[in-house]
Amino acid sequence: MKKVVTYLVAFFVATTVDWGIPHLMPGNPVEIYLSRFNISSNTQYVALQKTISESFGVNVPLWQQYLDFWKGVLHWNFGISFYETAPVTHIIAQAIPYTLALLVPAILLSYFLGNRIGAMAARRKVLDNVVLPIGYVFQAAPYAWLALLLAYVFAVRLRWFPPSLGSNPGIAVGWSWSFILSALHHWVLPFLSVFLVSFGGWSIGMRNLVIYELETDYARYLRSLGASQRLVRRYAYRNAVLPQLSGLALALGVVVGGNIVTEVVFQYPGLGHLIFLAITNEDYFLLQGIFMFIIIGVLLANFVIDIAYVVIDPRTRLSMTGATA
Amino acid sequence: MSVRVEDLKIYYTTLRGEVKAVDGVTFSIGDGEIMGLAGESGCGKSTLGNGLVFLEGRMRHAGGHVQLDGQPLPIGDSRAMEAFRLRQVSIIPQYAMSALNPTRKIGRMTADLLKSRGVDYRKVLEEFKRRVRLVGLPEDVLDRYPFELSGGMRQRATMVISTLLNPSLLIGDEVTSALDVSTQRAVGEMLMEFRDRGYVKSTVVITHDLSILAQIADSILVMYAGKLAEKAGTATIVNNPLHPYTQQLLASLPEVGLRYDEAPLLGIPGRPPSLLDPPKGCRFRERCPFAFDKCVEEPPFVELRPGHEVACWKALQEAQVPGGPMVAQEAAR
Amino acid sequence: MSVNIEPSGHKSLATGSPAASPAGLGQPSLAEAGAGGTVAGGGVAAAFAGRRRWEFMHFALRNKKLMIGAGIEAVFVFVAIFGPLIAPYGVTKTFPPGLHPSLHHLFGTNAPFGQDVFSQALTGVRDSYMVGALGAVFAGVVGLAVGFAAGWRGGWLDELLQLLTNVVITLPQLVLMIVLSAYQTNRSTLFEGVFIGVTGWPWVARAVRAQTFTLKARDFVDLAKLSGRRASSIVVKDIAPNMASYIFLVFVLLFASSMLVAVNFDFLGLGPSNSYSIGDMMNYASQWSALQLGVWWWFIPPGAAMTLMVVALYITNVGLDEVFNPKLRQQ
Ligand SMILES: Nc1ncnc2c1ncn2[C@@H]1O[C@H](COP(=O)(O)OP(=O)(O)OP(=O)(O)O)[C@@H](O)[C@H]1O
Ligand code: SF4
Ligand SMILES: [Mg+2]
Repeated sequence: MKKVVTYLVAFFVATTVDWGIPHLMPGNPVEIYLSRFNISSNTQYVALQKTISESFGVNVPLWQQYLDFWKGVLHWNFGISFYETAPVTHIIAQAIPYTLALLVPAILLSYFLGNRIGAMAARRKVLDNVVLPIGYVFQAAPYAWLALLLAYVFAVRLRWFPPSLGSNPGIAVGWSWSFILSALHHWVLPFLSVFLVSFGGWSIGMRNLVIYELETDYARYLRSLGASQRLVRRYAYRNAVLPQLSGLALALGVVVGGNIVTEVVFQYPGLGHLIFLAITNEDYFLLQGIFMFIIIGVLLANFVIDIAYVVIDPRTRLSMTGATA
Repeated sequence: MSVRVEDLKIYYTTLRGEVKAVDGVTFSIGDGEIMGLAGESGCGKSTLGNGLVFLEGRMRHAGGHVQLDGQPLPIGDSRAMEAFRLRQVSIIPQYAMSALNPTRKIGRMTADLLKSRGVDYRKVLEEFKRRVRLVGLPEDVLDRYPFELSGGMRQRATMVISTLLNPSLLIGDEVTSALDVSTQRAVGEMLMEFRDRGYVKSTVVITHDLSILAQIADSILVMYAGKLAEKAGTATIVNNPLHPYTQQLLASLPEVGLRYDEAPLLGIPGRPPSLLDPPKGCRFRERCPFAFDKCVEEPPFVELRPGHEVACWKALQEAQVPGGPMVAQEAAR
Repeated sequence: MSVNIEPSGHKSLATGSPAASPAGLGQPSLAEAGAGGTVAGGGVAAAFAGRRRWEFMHFALRNKKLMIGAGIEAVFVFVAIFGPLIAPYGVTKTFPPGLHPSLHHLFGTNAPFGQDVFSQALTGVRDSYMVGALGAVFAGVVGLAVGFAAGWRGGWLDELLQLLTNVVITLPQLVLMIVLSAYQTNRSTLFEGVFIGVTGWPWVARAVRAQTFTLKARDFVDLAKLSGRRASSIVVKDIAPNMASYIFLVFVLLFASSMLVAVNFDFLGLGPSNSYSIGDMMNYASQWSALQLGVWWWFIPPGAAMTLMVVALYITNVGLDEVFNPKLRQQ
């Protein structure tokens, strides 16, 4: 199937770019690592350099390194983080729940609520006059600004929510009620900033699509035959959701980017913030690992959307099974 | 008289003013009558046809009445019209090929439609299938999506759906226009068949193809720029037209086939006037070879002979002179 | 936005996948330009065509959305061009830090540097506009070329370009930028603009491809083909003019989205090394704890200005859409 080829190519390209990170980066990763230690004797330095090179796997020819990297990817092994001196996968595993807790609800809720409200706005002038401007402002707001604004108003001024971090540092991370409550408390503002921007986009897109669908020939025909408003709207909604769904695939990359910015503003301990740390600390293996995760995540999400689309839209279903349209 | 239209006016509201697309038309259609509606593109045929069923968006009922089976048809009141649609008045729209929801199977869509009209789909299903077969479609189109059918198949499916509840009045807008010649004939015959079987009482066939009208219509109504030009029995219109516009339409047809699709391009010089601000008097005046001073006044639409109505000063004058109209007719040829 | 991203494309252009094409292009004017006859009536169509330019101005001047959006945008363009000249102070000139907004310092001064925020914002608008325009031009050119080639040629070229488009869609822009910027430490505004363009074109390509398909199916193209003209001449003389209004709408949206992407980059310190854009301001404000210190005037007004710039672009887009597309015009 064509789609599968697309995903394989995307995965291949992304992985190769990802592999290149430590190699493209200025400076030699081994040197950078060694510069962290205060090594006086030269022989010691050379010896250490050798061991480190081996443990990083950079002492073999490039093509070998490339193959090794693929092996690592397949085994979920991305080496050791310089900075934290812990396996990259380990560090990432700690950050992932935070990122998912932001992204998944933000994407799903904004999508469903946005579609609902947009469709409602399409048929109620009063609501439309409210939804349209608000939607535009949310959609147009830079992630960083909206995050700073929310933080300033609700954290600094009103003190309703904490301005940063993922939970209260005084509470041990674990399945305790106090931790969960604290984590929720910290989650609200970053969630809102990711959610609102997407919500603006979906509601406006849906509004325009539904208005367009209500003008189509089939809608006119149904009305000419006296079909109820409800039926016409139901059809319009169903058909408008389809392009929205493929829009979801297009939007993923943007939302992931916005999420990174938001996590940085709130110092929220997810992948985005981790990226930021990795860059500042020149921790390229960590960076490499995070990107691999993000890319796999985005590809998987895209794949799910594609499947969903095929299930929902009969026209694509048909072309998949090879019949002629 | 099952349908009676009196001084009907339907305007479009636009930013630049009102487009008087149907500007005071009066006619009636009998039970079992198939009336052809002809005229150049843009003269208001579809507006008139749609107006009798569904006034959408910018269309405004600007005056006049319609009676159906002796009852007033509230065409200006979309709410009140809802009850009449599909049951009493129905339409096969000009866009019939794209009139079906692309993401619903045809049977499913029809079921949804009927349910919203309070009709039990299962009860009409057998009849639905029979009519689907009658128009030459396989029964399993009910289980197919519109995009799985050809344009002509979709159009026939639309035809069956529109007439499923046996309306008194059916508007068929350009039902034959986009089809090849043999399919055109078939669709024309289906319309007659539907009438003969009593699926519909009165039918209005809007078309660009006079040859189809010559075959299936009982009478023909010719429109020009939002007004009626002439109405008479089919034979009379074809053999003995009185209005100069009708005469020119017919004269511009190629001998075989009687099609006038390209008539405005080939035959009649000039263009119809703007309907935004139509000229006073006879609207055909600028293009009429017989125009004379009287024509700055609006010609009345009157019955010059039994069953033959015309709006033209010249025809009216000649009708008052014995043998007049026939002479005019010869002159035009 | 009328980007039709549906595989089988039953609409010539859908009305909008939002995040991809932010404001949602409405069904643009093509449908009407091609089929003026349906609305104007066959005979009137020709007269219509002759009056098109006049018509356009007629409706443009009466369209409130367009006038408001374009009006706001014009003010910002003015600022972008003359901002540094009308700025009351130099960007690096220092005053007592953390001054509240006042008549002397409209947006106050930042802390701990004591620079005039208003003057910086005026300069920032210029840098943001530069990147937005560059990104829009590059994304527009690539997207048009890819979409057009795919839609016009079809066949294997189409397959290949669609593959390319889909691959680029799945690669997160920001992630790529992080990789590149670590490599390229000395970045220019041009670099940022080109990067945004080179990664931001896929939705344009998809939309243009669908649009080209429907245009190709139109009668006038067949006529041109019948008359034995070469493909390139048909494209230039018939298709391109019919797509002009659409391309214009696409450009407006790209402009908006490029500016937004650039804010993200700049905020993370990935922007041009020597510029001072709105995103940079928010970056510094955040780094120097403007939030905790309560120096809200350092980040709220510049961000609000950016939001307004983008909203104005969206409104302009909707207004233009209505002007180009008679169907959307309100009565
Ligand atoms: N939505 C609309 N808004 C404004 N004017 C319209 C609209 N639809 C039609 N008109 C105008 O009304 C007039 C009649 O249009 P109508 O569609 O009834 O013509 P028609 O006779 O059916 O033409 P055709 O043979 O091309 O279908 C035309 O001059 C057209 O310009
Ligand atoms: S009324 Fe006059 S202008 Fe009109 S058709 Fe008759 S002769 Fe021609
Ligand atoms: Mg018509």
